[in-house]
Amino acid sequence: MKITLRIWRQAGKDAPGRLVSYQRDDVSPDMSFLEMLDVLNEDLIAKGEEPVEFDSDCREGICGMCGLVINGEPHGPQVTTTCQLHMRSFEGCDSITIEPLRADAFPVLRDLVVDRSPLDRIIQAGGYVSVNTGSAPEAHSQLVPKVHADRAFDAAVCIGCGACAAACPNASAMLFLGAKVTHLGELPQGQPERDARVVNMLNQHDEEGFGGCTNVGACATACPKEIPLDVISQLNKDLRHSLVKGL
Amino acid sequence: MKLLMASTGGLFVFYVLAHMYGNLKVFAGQDAFDTYAHHLRTIGEPILPYAGFLWLFRVALILALVGHAYSAFYLWSKASGARSTRYAVSAASRMAWKSQTMRWGGVALLLFLVWHLIQFTIVKVNVNPDVKDATIGDSPYALVVASFQVWWVVVIYLLALAALGLHLQHGVWSGAQTLGWTNSPRARRTAKTTAYAIALVTTIGFALPPLFILFGVVD
Repeated sequence: MKITLRIWRQAGKDAPGRLVSYQRDDVSPDMSFLEMLDVLNEDLIAKGEEPVEFDSDCREGICGMCGLVINGEPHGPQVTTTCQLHMRSFEGCDSITIEPLRADAFPVLRDLVVDRSPLDRIIQAGGYVSVNTGSAPEAHSQLVPKVHADRAFDAAVCIGCGACAAACPNASAMLFLGAKVTHLGELPQGQPERDARVVNMLNQHDEEGFGGCTNVGACATACPKEIPLDVISQLNKDLRHSLVKGL
Repeated sequence: MKLLMASTGGLFVFYVLAHMYGNLKVFAGQDAFDTYAHHLRTIGEPILPYAGFLWLFRVALILALVGHAYSAFYLWSKASGARSTRYAVSAASRMAWKSQTMRWGGVALLLFLVWHLIQFTIVKVNVNPDVKDATIGDSPYALVVASFQVWWVVVIYLLALAALGLHLQHGVWSGAQTLGWTNSPRARRTAKTTAYAIALVTTIGFALPPLFILFGVVD
């Protein structure tokens, strides 16, 4: 496959960035997307140029580290993570534009690497369950109805990659937020902190400079883990309940 | 902020449905329409003064409009501040175009509302050269018929109705989502269907009287 890559190059956080074209003539359709970038980087290093910086870790689609905006879509055209994407998805494509996840809350550190620690701070603001340490309690001591367990699991598959905020026209991370609130709110262990959780996480979300949700749905389309839009409805419902209780 | 948007939007939905129902009385003839218009001003008498209910309602609508527009512009400005570097390639075509038109569609509706109020409530503009000003003076029915016999007035209204339909379709569903009523796939489907139904009923219901007047079925 012959493909022209247009890749966002930016030397540092405050440096100006621009799209740079790279002509690739030897792309195999069986390569994964990140392998294709690895090969490009080997060539760049051999030529004495700076390689393209990008994030990746597990390359199994479960860690949430990778995340590139490919032809305007976070994680590219398939419903999966960037690392699970293969070049065969681009057959018939002459040019591929690769950009970092864009949101002011995600500053570009270098090339395609962005700082996603705002999502960590949102978790620290309430995306957890406080438990006493010690030996683990007997699993059957707390029964969870299957529908609740299923819904909690559907939300818990969120890997926190930030694609939702990158896809949102308002740069809102509400799908991420909704996934965490739904995941913990569906389980008995999440109840004691439920009301405070939604308010604290939402305040942190806004403080990080993410935009507000206007129910467009681009996030759910982009989500590599297919988190449904109803987690945002759940978030809104929990928020309404906490506001009524005066939190 | 979004709860304000959703609740004020909800009030508008009920208002446009009531307004549309009233408009359809055009088909019942001049007396029925004029009596209805007069009745709106005497609801609640003698506890409320003449047109008292109407003014209470108008104040509520104006407050709701201010809240709705304020929250919309607040969210708009926050969104534009949240991504200062734009994407070189945008997959916006995949975004539902109805949600894309919410903001500019809303502004268009606001402009239309100003024109609509000037034409039918505040000034009662006579746009039809064939009709004498005196005849429309005290009959709302005559004013409506005279106005919609003019083709460009009908065109403005049909365009505004298209904007209203799109705004309602996304707005009703979006409001349900914001109020937290769409927590399961089934609830989501119901909300979407309701949104489509309200948008369709409103658009068609409002479009019928002007079209029938323009084509001379009602005069």
